[in-house]
Amino acid sequence: MTSRTGTEAAGQRELLSAADVARTVARMAHEIIEGTAPARAVLLGIPSRGVPLAHRLATRIGEFSGATDIIATAGILDITLYRDDLRRRPTRPLEPTTLPEGGVDDALVVLVDDVLFSGRTVRAALDALRDHGRPRAVQLAVLVDRGHRELPIRADYVGKNLPTSREEEIAVLLEETDDRDAVMIRRRAQ
Amino acid sequence: MRHLLSAADLDAATATSLLDTADRLKEALLGREVRKLPTLRGRTVVTLFYESSTRTRASFEIAGKQMSADVVNVSAGSSSVSKGESLRDTALTLSAMGADCVILRHPSAGAAHRMSEWTPAHVINAGDGMHEHPTQALLDAATLREHLGTLDGRRITIVGDVLHSRVARSNVALLSMLGAQLHLVAPPTLLPAGVSGWPVTTGHDLDAALPQSDAVMMLRVQAERMHGGFFPSAREYATWYGLSEARAARLPQHAVVLHPGPMLRGMEISAAVADSPRAVITGQVSNGVHIRMAVLYHLLASQEAGT
Amino acid sequence: MSECSERTIGHSSERSERIIGHGPPPLLLRGVRPYGEGDPIDLMLRDGVIAEAGPGLDATGAEVRDCGGLVALPGFVDLHTHLREPGREDAETIATGSAAAALGGYTAVFAMANTEPVADTAMAVEHVWRRGQQIGLVDVAPVGAVTVGLGGEQLAELGAMAGSAAGVRVFSDDGVCVHDPLLMRRALEYSTSLGAVIAQHAQEPRLTVGAQAHEGEIAARLGLAGWPATAEESIVARDCMLAAAAGARLHVCHVSSAGTVDVLRWARGRTTAEVTPHHLLLSDERLAGYDPVNKVNPPLRTRDDSAALRAALAEGVIDCVATDHAPHAPQDKDCEWEAASPGMLGLQTALSVVVETMVRPGLLDWRGVARVMSERPAAVGGIATQGRPLATGEPATLVLVDPDATWTVRGAQLASLASNTPFEGMTLPARVVTTLLRGRVTADDGKVRR
Repeated sequence: MTSRTGTEAAGQRELLSAADVARTVARMAHEIIEGTAPARAVLLGIPSRGVPLAHRLATRIGEFSGATDIIATAGILDITLYRDDLRRRPTRPLEPTTLPEGGVDDALVVLVDDVLFSGRTVRAALDALRDHGRPRAVQLAVLVDRGHRELPIRADYVGKNLPTSREEEIAVLLEETDDRDAVMIRRRAQ
Repeated sequence: MRHLLSAADLDAATATSLLDTADRLKEALLGREVRKLPTLRGRTVVTLFYESSTRTRASFEIAGKQMSADVVNVSAGSSSVSKGESLRDTALTLSAMGADCVILRHPSAGAAHRMSEWTPAHVINAGDGMHEHPTQALLDAATLREHLGTLDGRRITIVGDVLHSRVARSNVALLSMLGAQLHLVAPPTLLPAGVSGWPVTTGHDLDAALPQSDAVMMLRVQAERMHGGFFPSAREYATWYGLSEARAARLPQHAVVLHPGPMLRGMEISAAVADSPRAVITGQVSNGVHIRMAVLYHLLASQEAGT
Repeated sequence: MSECSERTIGHSSERSERIIGHGPPPLLLRGVRPYGEGDPIDLMLRDGVIAEAGPGLDATGAEVRDCGGLVALPGFVDLHTHLREPGREDAETIATGSAAAALGGYTAVFAMANTEPVADTAMAVEHVWRRGQQIGLVDVAPVGAVTVGLGGEQLAELGAMAGSAAGVRVFSDDGVCVHDPLLMRRALEYSTSLGAVIAQHAQEPRLTVGAQAHEGEIAARLGLAGWPATAEESIVARDCMLAAAAGARLHVCHVSSAGTVDVLRWARGRTTAEVTPHHLLLSDERLAGYDPVNKVNPPLRTRDDSAALRAALAEGVIDCVATDHAPHAPQDKDCEWEAASPGMLGLQTALSVVVETMVRPGLLDWRGVARVMSERPAAVGGIATQGRPLATGEPATLVLVDPDATWTVRGAQLASLASNTPFEGMTLPARVVTTLLRGRVTADDGKVRR
């Protein structure tokens, strides 16, 4: 649902600038502090762009919470082996899964992804998480919610709601993977 | 990748991607309560073994089950195979029953190649005569990469019955493809006549080879070879080609010792060496499960062709 | 070898008596080039012989065929054919094998003894000979076994087979080697009283236990047990010595290695030898996919071996081409390599393979083809009525070849019951147009004339 691009091709439009992305991440960090305190929060990024987002959020949370009792750590949760569309697509390479020290048992886990769309990725992430342990609670943070849910799933923290049509694609660009921060919209390639 | 018939059929990119997948699977399963992934739910995997084997079959079975495939074991001794059914008819029968994957061990070289022409199922070669045993080579490569960081430029000495060894053939193909420098040490009677065409150097002096080795892989000497006149006696073999404690001391500090098992302690390898920290033999076994999971994932997860 | 070229065997005189006066109506072949040489001439075939030869012959009273410059050669003689009858009539019969032979330009075939039961008695060889006569497409000359049941232990009744109606003059345990040196010596000695030749399948059994493929780089990579060339060469060297000491005639079947060529060059005059079309054309590189259609004994060897075999055939160090036509039922090839039976079809593709490997590269001319596919094998096998010159008064046993045609081999379209041709899908040069046995057309334009 996301795709990488370095240039602004025709029919492509910037919805969020780098400054917008930074502001949004900061606001989400504040919301997560409010929503999770005083628990031990584990932010698990879903590859690929959920991973740098989870790290950014953890860093911001660390900065903002100061001497409070909130400790947010970031990890990676690869969900490839739990996807429900493996048969229909070419074989996907696996991404690493790394859980913070102490695992997820009794932690408050915040799943982090760039775009919330059908909800199938999140469902797969919930399945994957269940095999890694038993968190106290699981929440969901996404930078963009573009609608069109196919499962009864909603996010606890949303950076930006962007109503889209199914013919459109949302591309989240992050410095860590794409050399700049932005959110783009474009027509789906035929 | 549609089948895994021989290591020689792989290219470096595919081989590396299999090793990477195995590493990821190992990480994903590390310390988990539930050692089961839903990835291959509803897929039927048949192990069809015409030779007895404990570890390879168990390893494939565990790999399949950890990925939620339904695994059915068929042994030559307990099926219509023992009533003289041809390999082709067995292949047709299994595919008619809906097997998605057949894991074949057979005493005849090329049996897996033939099987792949008769069945629409994916075929994994789990050892065909003296030809190949590709998943063994992949797990050896995974073990070597784990301990040596990379295979590129690493010097690996393979010792023993190269002539009859499918493990040696697969390892020569795979490890050389991944950049390793291979040296074979064996009595002249146990090197194949055509070895000059292989991407290896050969020799008969283990003592000289060990100080130059980043890893040494000891091959199994099958009992039936010991009386085949390939060498005079087990004692003489052990003297020249066995990995004794004194001999292992010639290895560099970082070097590791591999053995595909089952080991003949005392003859191929001394008990002290087999149990020493540099022996990574149990690591090979656990890597075997992850490698076989990776192979099953690459063959079975997607139904898209040509991937 | 002059001592055997004029031999007359038991059945041939009987056969020619039967034929005189009962031949088909006269046939005028208009415009053929004997041995592919000179301007086209006409051949008038009457009463089973070439009655006249020359340009512009009078066609009165004869059926006329316009041959448009086709190459005329004496009918081919195959010293090495497996017809599988009796025993494996699901793979080939004397009838289907005869048809394949006629279509391949053959007018005589030697039927190997490794049938079920083995052709090791007078009764067994007479049965094969009579079936060949009844079918009448080619002269079927049975080969008798050297040892009882090909067992390699006790001499078969060579004299009884030689004295039978079949008049056996070639004995062979082909399929297995007469490896016991004492038994081989006795067989060679005994054969001298019969004017017979011992055709040896040279394969040292201890050196080839479980052997599956030429011992070399390919077999080493494929994990197939090696069949070392020395296992052939050592037996050939030994047998040449034994034959010379016994004053006997030895023939070496299916020479496959450059090393054997060296031995034959050294032993020149002490033996005759044959090479198969598949060893001339194919190499062990074909084994990569483990398709048992490429499994044959002796095995396909290297390109260097093929090159040495071609040179030896051109030079006369190897006397002739023999097909080792070995039909196998589908279930004997549709299996894993080690379980598959060795052998390949050869009768209908032999000429084209010889043209591809020998004529096109300039190693043989058409007279050379006549030598290696007709004259020499007839001499080795002792059939006086075959392999004769294309000249007035000689038997009208000949083949007309279109040297410029090409065709694509399809196993399913061959006349054999089996379809195990290694040349499947290959486009090969030269085509047999018509085969004539003593003036009668046996095959014409791809169809058998019974």
